Amino acid sequence: MNVKLLYFASLADRAGRTEETRDSAARTPRELYVEVAAAHGFAFAAERLRVAVNGAFVGWDHALAAGDEVVFVPPVSGG
Amino acid sequence: MTTRRFRLSDDRIDVATERPALDHAAAGAYAAFEGWVRDHNDGRSVRQLDYQAYPALALAEGEAILAEALARFRVREARCVHRVGRLAVGDLAVWVGVSADHRGEAFDACRWIIDEVKRRVPIWKNEHYVDGESGWLHPDNRPVEGA
Repeated sequence: MNVKLLYFASLADRAGRTEETRDSAARTPRELYVEVAAAHGFAFAAERLRVAVNGAFVGWDHALAAGDEVVFVPPVSGG
Repeated sequence: MTTRRFRLSDDRIDVATERPALDHAAAGAYAAFEGWVRDHNDGRSVRQLDYQAYPALALAEGEAILAEALARFRVREARCVHRVGRLAVGDLAVWVGVSADHRGEAFDACRWIIDEVKRRVPIWKNEHYVDGESGWLHPDNRPVEGA
C-alpha cells in the first residue's frame, strides 16, 4: 500500500528530502514511524512527536489507508 | 465563508493593516503581542532565521486556537498572523491582536493565544548563527501533546 510522507524541519534534513512515497505494510502511524525512523535514522522517540494524516492530527493507532498523506510532527518552535 | 482569524504570511506583517479587523463598537480595549527576531538565543549570536510551516495543519490549528479563545474569554475579536520564510533580526515574526469590552480579558486572551500558538501550531524555527552554523529548534523542555 502506498502512503505519502511529508517531512519538516530536522526530520527533512535527516531524511534528505521533504517528501516521499513509500510502499509500506504499516497499518498504523506507529508502525510506519518505526519503519521510516529506521530507514532515515530519525532520533526522535515517537512519544516526542505528533502525527497528522491528510492534514489533521490523529492518534498513533489510526488505521492507514492507501494514498494517505502522513506527517510526523516534531516539537514545534514558532512564535 | 467563515472568517479566517489565523494566517501565515510570506511578507512583512503590517500591524496597521491587521488591527482594524478587531474593530467593534462594544470594545473598549485592544491588547496585542508582537514577537520579534532577537539577535541571541541560548547564549549564541543569531544572524537571521527561517520559519517553516506545515501550512494545511498550521492554518487549521491556528484557526482552532482562535476559535477556542473566543469561546473561553469574553472578547469581541481576535486575530493572529505568523511569518514564514527568512527573517532578519528585528523583524516582526508573529502578531496577536484581541479586542474586548475591558482590558483584563483582552490581556488574558492575548497571552493565552500566543502561548497556545507556540505550543501547538506546526511551525519550526531554523536559527542561523553568526558563526555560520544553523539548527532547527525542537524544544524538549515541555511535553509534546496530542496524538
